[in-house]
Amino acid sequence: MLLQLSSDQEFFRETTDKFLTDQVPVEVLRRLRDEAAGYDADYWRRGAELGWTSLLVTEKHGGGNISGNGILDLTIVAHEFGAHAAPGPLIATNVVAAALAETDSHPDVIAGLLDGSTVATWCIDEPGRRPLDVDVEIRVDGDDLVINGVKRPVEAAEQASHLLVTGRTDDGLTQVLVPAETAGVTVTAMRSVDLTRRFGAVSFSDVRVPRAAAVGEVGQASAQVQRQFHLVLALVNAESVGAMQTAFDMTVEWGFDRYSFGRPLVSYQALKHRFADMKSWLEAGHAITDEAAEELGTGDDRAAMLLSAGKAFIGDYGGELIQDCVQLHGGLGVTFEHDVHLYLRRQTVNRALYGTPSQHRQRLADLGQQRDEAAANKVDA
Amino acid sequence: MSDDNVEDVEAFRQRAREWIRANLRRADGPGQTLRGKDEQQDLAEVAREREVQRMLFDAGFAGICVPKDYAGQGLTPAHQRAFNDELVGYEYPARLQVPPMTPCMAVLLEFGTEEQKQRHVPAILKGEEIWMQLLSEPSGGSDVAGALTSAVREGDEWLLNGSKIWTSGAWWADWGLVLARTNWDVPKHRGLSVFILPLNAPGVTVHRIEMLNGNREFCQEFLSDVRVPDSDRIGDVDDGWTVGVRWLFHERMQHNSPYVTRPTGATREGEKGSILKVVRDAGRIDDPVARELAGEALEIGLVTEALNHRVARGIMTGTMSDQAAAVGRLLMCVSLSRQSTIAFEIAGAAGGAWADDDGEAAERGTDFLMRQTPSIGGGTTEMARNVIAERVLGMPREQALDRNVPFREVPRGSARQ
Repeated sequence: MLLQLSSDQEFFRETTDKFLTDQVPVEVLRRLRDEAAGYDADYWRRGAELGWTSLLVTEKHGGGNISGNGILDLTIVAHEFGAHAAPGPLIATNVVAAALAETDSHPDVIAGLLDGSTVATWCIDEPGRRPLDVDVEIRVDGDDLVINGVKRPVEAAEQASHLLVTGRTDDGLTQVLVPAETAGVTVTAMRSVDLTRRFGAVSFSDVRVPRAAAVGEVGQASAQVQRQFHLVLALVNAESVGAMQTAFDMTVEWGFDRYSFGRPLVSYQALKHRFADMKSWLEAGHAITDEAAEELGTGDDRAAMLLSAGKAFIGDYGGELIQDCVQLHGGLGVTFEHDVHLYLRRQTVNRALYGTPSQHRQRLADLGQQRDEAAANKVDA
Repeated sequence: MSDDNVEDVEAFRQRAREWIRANLRRADGPGQTLRGKDEQQDLAEVAREREVQRMLFDAGFAGICVPKDYAGQGLTPAHQRAFNDELVGYEYPARLQVPPMTPCMAVLLEFGTEEQKQRHVPAILKGEEIWMQLLSEPSGGSDVAGALTSAVREGDEWLLNGSKIWTSGAWWADWGLVLARTNWDVPKHRGLSVFILPLNAPGVTVHRIEMLNGNREFCQEFLSDVRVPDSDRIGDVDDGWTVGVRWLFHERMQHNSPYVTRPTGATREGEKGSILKVVRDAGRIDDPVARELAGEALEIGLVTEALNHRVARGIMTGTMSDQAAAVGRLLMCVSLSRQSTIAFEIAGAAGGAWADDDGEAAERGTDFLMRQTPSIGGGTTEMARNVIAERVLGMPREQALDRNVPFREVPRGSARQ
């Protein structure tokens, strides 16, 4: 969460916070566990009216941001989503909206995403592969593009009417927007620990779409895919930190209220020191998330490393933090009745998606090496 | 800064960049280490740093955030950060930053009389006076307010007796800031006063301490009937803890202090070299395990740096209390410790026995032995955790048996003194 919000940003944050508090309190989240979509269509439309899907879309396409840095503005919403463990395809729709607006394609779909009537999602991850390691094939066949392969997990796969698919065309990457009902597309529901977030496996079997369905140039999408990936990381990090914040606040309050041996839990130095560690991880999570989003929004080339550092750190230490919150609650912490698991679920799923902490540490080494080599070349030159 | 005449940060950055490139030497390889060095070489380095400080002063880049009244530049922390960014890869007066600029100069600026500030601050900015803190005592590290060094008034003078320890560079520094006990009949925090003194004053004996890695920068001072004029007292008599609290705050600010000139990111990269160089020099650049460990070192380095930015900004803008500095400090210490372990692990057998041509893989074993240093010096991580729990999160204070008791009645262990 940003240290200082402008008054416009604070108004925006507060509006989303109030809406989520009102619409999706914890009782509703528990109920949504049994709903197929995990969220209500009307809830999503009303959220879109608050601006949830318009921040990364240029004004030309009907969107607009608050501060001039739409990514930073959107992390405010993502943070609230984490803090409330809120339902809805926030990340999926925003990534697609940004990609379509940036490439000036499919304006009708953008309009639907903006008003919340349409849900779209990004099919990027593939089974058993590292993030951005793409094996799905998009072949050019005359005026058509033909897609073959499997993507999983795909967020909101069954809810989305449009799928943004990233595939390989010879040596390059291609992105294409595929209507979900296209022949050859099969969506199979997957299971997840998140109560309200749904995932599916999407298989493409000779799926044929006109070349006009391409998002950007065929075989030239590599930089765009990187940008989308970075955007997802910025949002996932912000959301997980929101979840960490709520779990931490709840546990601090519990520590003051709960007495053992005639003393509150927070009077024991052994526990105070753990709270201190948790506080340092929490603030660090905020710090790395905000710095990365700020730099990503302004196009700074440090952003890639900051995002991976954040994804790895928040994945590991966010998990430790919320698990410690569970521990400090004792047996209650592992019951369905207690709320702490709602936030643990959100952080846990986010940790596993879009690259695990270990994969992002490896990516950091790659990026660090590239940076060192670039710096060495600069000195030589 | 409401002054309309303040130089634009980007214009300042440009000016700084040009000056730095034209006047400073490139930093060669890894910077100062904690390893033992030749005494003459140490003194030569100190002399060069004084010279660089004087160059900064003459060019209008010393004391960027110090008011113009005291020969500073009267600019903002954003200007200091811009200067620090531009300084990456160049020499700088490393020994003259922490503790000389903060906490020492910061305390002078905050509590010194007009006369004291006029006399010392410009001299510090010119590199003529290097200040160190005489704070910790052999009787107890973390319990700073339990100081046993005594100051007894004799007319217009004070007579100081006792011993201070962990003073960096006291053997080549010029002045010291001293916390001493002036009243034994009141509770410990209410009987302290702060003094300043030249380190070559009669009665001051400086003893160099050898650390386990051979480094001899830390000193212990023995004060024996050292005479200090009352005009060299900082703050009110017996009210030294008011100064002390801010002193410790300025110390915790370390490299986040707006008074510190230092290449951005120096903690992470400059002083130890990139962790990836260790991987390469250990011959493990294609080893995925070593690469992932290096990635972790980069991860926590970047996160720690971001946290320090956030905390510094939070304290500066008042959205966080001063005590929040402990949050940044805790994570930094834990991270440095982990980074040291990672470098040692990556070095493999070279961590245990190395040759001179092992490059960055050499000496990792020595660094590992010294691993806990950052977590001890400047207040232990245990104290930082107490501060965070009690002062930041508002949890109950630890029971203390020295509160509301005249200091002379406070129990002392046999190991004290």
